Amino acid sequence: MTRIEVLKTYKLYIGGQFPRTESGRYYPLLDKKKNVIANICLSSRKDFRNAVVAARGAFGGWSGRAAFNRSQILYRIAEMLETRKAQFIEELLLQGATKSQAEKEVTLAVDRLVYYSGWCDKFTAVFSSVNPVQSSHFNFSVPEPTGVVAAVASEDSSLIGLVSVIAPIIAGGNTCIVLASESKPLCAVTFGEVLATSDLPGGVVNILTGNAGELISHMASHMDVNALVYCGSDKATIKSAQELSALNVKRFFNWSLNWNDGSSQNPYLICDLQEIKTTWHPIENIGTGGAKY
Amino acid sequence: MSKKSKPEITLNFNQGWQYAPAPESSDHIRLEKKYGHFINGEFVAPASGKYFTSYNPSNEKPLADVGKGDARDMDKAVKAAKTAYDKVWKKMPAAERGKYLYRIARMIQERARELAVIESMDGGKPIRESRDIDVPLAAAHFFYYAGWADKLEYAFPGRTPEPLGVAGQIIPWNFPLLMAAWKIAPALACGNTVVLKPAESTPLTAMKLAEIIRDSGLPPGVVNIVNGFGDAGAALVNHKDVAKIAFTGSTDVGKIIQKAVAGTGKKLTLELGGKAANIVFEDAPLDQAVEGIINGIFFNQGHVCCAGSRLFVQEGVADKLIRKLKDRIETLRVGDPLDKNTDVGAINSKEQLEKISYYIGLGKEEGAEMWQPSGNIPQTGYFCRPTLFLNASQSHRIVQEEIFGPVLTIQTFRTVEEVIEKANNIPYGLSAGVWTDKGSRIFNLTGKLRAGVVWANTYNKFDPVSPFGGYKESGFGREGGVQGLAAYLKI
Repeated sequence: MTRIEVLKTYKLYIGGQFPRTESGRYYPLLDKKKNVIANICLSSRKDFRNAVVAARGAFGGWSGRAAFNRSQILYRIAEMLETRKAQFIEELLLQGATKSQAEKEVTLAVDRLVYYSGWCDKFTAVFSSVNPVQSSHFNFSVPEPTGVVAAVASEDSSLIGLVSVIAPIIAGGNTCIVLASESKPLCAVTFGEVLATSDLPGGVVNILTGNAGELISHMASHMDVNALVYCGSDKATIKSAQELSALNVKRFFNWSLNWNDGSSQNPYLICDLQEIKTTWHPIENIGTGGAKY
Repeated sequence: MSKKSKPEITLNFNQGWQYAPAPESSDHIRLEKKYGHFINGEFVAPASGKYFTSYNPSNEKPLADVGKGDARDMDKAVKAAKTAYDKVWKKMPAAERGKYLYRIARMIQERARELAVIESMDGGKPIRESRDIDVPLAAAHFFYYAGWADKLEYAFPGRTPEPLGVAGQIIPWNFPLLMAAWKIAPALACGNTVVLKPAESTPLTAMKLAEIIRDSGLPPGVVNIVNGFGDAGAALVNHKDVAKIAFTGSTDVGKIIQKAVAGTGKKLTLELGGKAANIVFEDAPLDQAVEGIINGIFFNQGHVCCAGSRLFVQEGVADKLIRKLKDRIETLRVGDPLDKNTDVGAINSKEQLEKISYYIGLGKEEGAEMWQPSGNIPQTGYFCRPTLFLNASQSHRIVQEEIFGPVLTIQTFRTVEEVIEKANNIPYGLSAGVWTDKGSRIFNLTGKLRAGVVWANTYNKFDPVSPFGGYKESGFGREGGVQGLAAYLKI
């Protein structure tokens, strides 16, 4: 008798835990032959709001970490993903990818994490400035993370779209809630398991599955979310999300990029979710002759 | 080791504090009786034929009539800006673009005295401020961005930045000329053309700037200035040929604009309201802190988005600091904006005075303890006494809402943690102040305060090289510095 396979229950990833949706709702994920691959959580507004609480709670600690430490944690995520390549390839195959497409997507995702790992302790130097003001003050400007970011990942891909949106957000010290591709959610949930074993503090990344059309208005209108990233191109969605973003002057970004393309990874995505802080302090004005040798 | 404390010396403000009037002459200024708009290099009458009057808020006398712009004027201005962008400005070598900005900077300096006097007459701010801050900074802003025009590729590593097109810019009444400079200079340096709408209560220095722009030989249509009210601003925001909107003003209006721009693809930057915490620790140099507090809240009558309107004092020095603060406020001279001895000028408009008075009444109702100095204020014109609210609490509306006037709320605190929490617990995040002698504490605070500008042991300093702008509901985007270029470029 053949062994009965143990199937995995696909759940959400909120605050470092793997809860089911509080709503009890699900949608079946079907393969090409209409067989059920898994019952996926259909996240509710309440799940999103719980995730915002987790993300807000994690923000102070994550943004306060040394940039080198964040860099190492992003690198650790890449290591964990690399060692679990087989599982992600299997899930991509289940969701309709070819073997070569699947392999390419997973390795690209690993490399993308390594790319942003490197930026963690470098973008600040590239985008900061010391400003030579006229008066006797020391004046400098540095980027600081915007805060809690909600994101709708690309519908087109299961893994690379998700990783490509999460990495620049957290590399810069933000925390986030990401809604995975509705039609290709498997890798998102499994990526949560990677994150959970990568020394990433709980709540820094929260992953939901469900319907973007249902959730994006709640993401855009939430008063404790500082920014919204939408990785899609639907014009009506962009318009309504931008309108609702005005409620708390939320920063809105439409990252409608081809994540398979190398140019889609760049430090300007990190900068989108940074605020520039300028600090002034007086300089004592004694010894105005200056150094004479 | 305890020393016997000396008896407190009480200052007597009722005598010995008289000053002779020292008014700045307004003889040399040239004001027309009537201004229209500045479109395509010419001064033109408004399409509606209607005008409104700009008053001097210090004596309620009319200064000039100004064209009431509407959608027709805006359309004409945007078309002129679009044509100038396509046919002239985007084709011009960047270094030449920069040279026009240098010319404008120089001509502002040449006409500085006239600009300062008109600024004080139209807006009510003390001549000391318009002469020493507004006008020199406006010239410096043009001078600074002039030099960026042919160096933009150095500002964005790995990118070739491109201009956006026509920039629609709406500015407030608190720094009329300076805000025009903050908006126009970087837009032009980056290769865009401009339609600017000044605030309806302070349009006159923008018209003088239009004269300078005309005299500088800047090609027609590169800068257009249309006067008017909110409906004119809305017509600009909603115009289909505008590629970028830059707005400075209240958070309420900023939200309306953000909503209006939704789905259009227009690039947007917002510089909105604030309610800055100014935090004084026990080890702070108290006399300097007092000067900083005064400058923080009474500069420009408190009509400053980054005003230090929430004072937090550590308990151990609260009594001493508040006594010193009251003594210093007693010496402030509230009066004629053109008098060189004036510290606090006129409130910008009747509407604003009513709003401030409403909040002062509200503060009393909410249970905070009001204090005002004993001196007289002029009986005509719009004036307001510098006002303190002691024992204010975090939930008071006078603590949570932007008053935009010379009103300071005072709260005390014990620990660093407590004051960070209180300072950040507000929807705004534009600026903050920290006063302490301890360097490590300064950096702790400047790192944890969620605000775009933090002044440590100083307050309300501005410079063209220094980026300015907010976190949270204080807006997004920066003005000034290398970071200010991003607002006007496709990167």
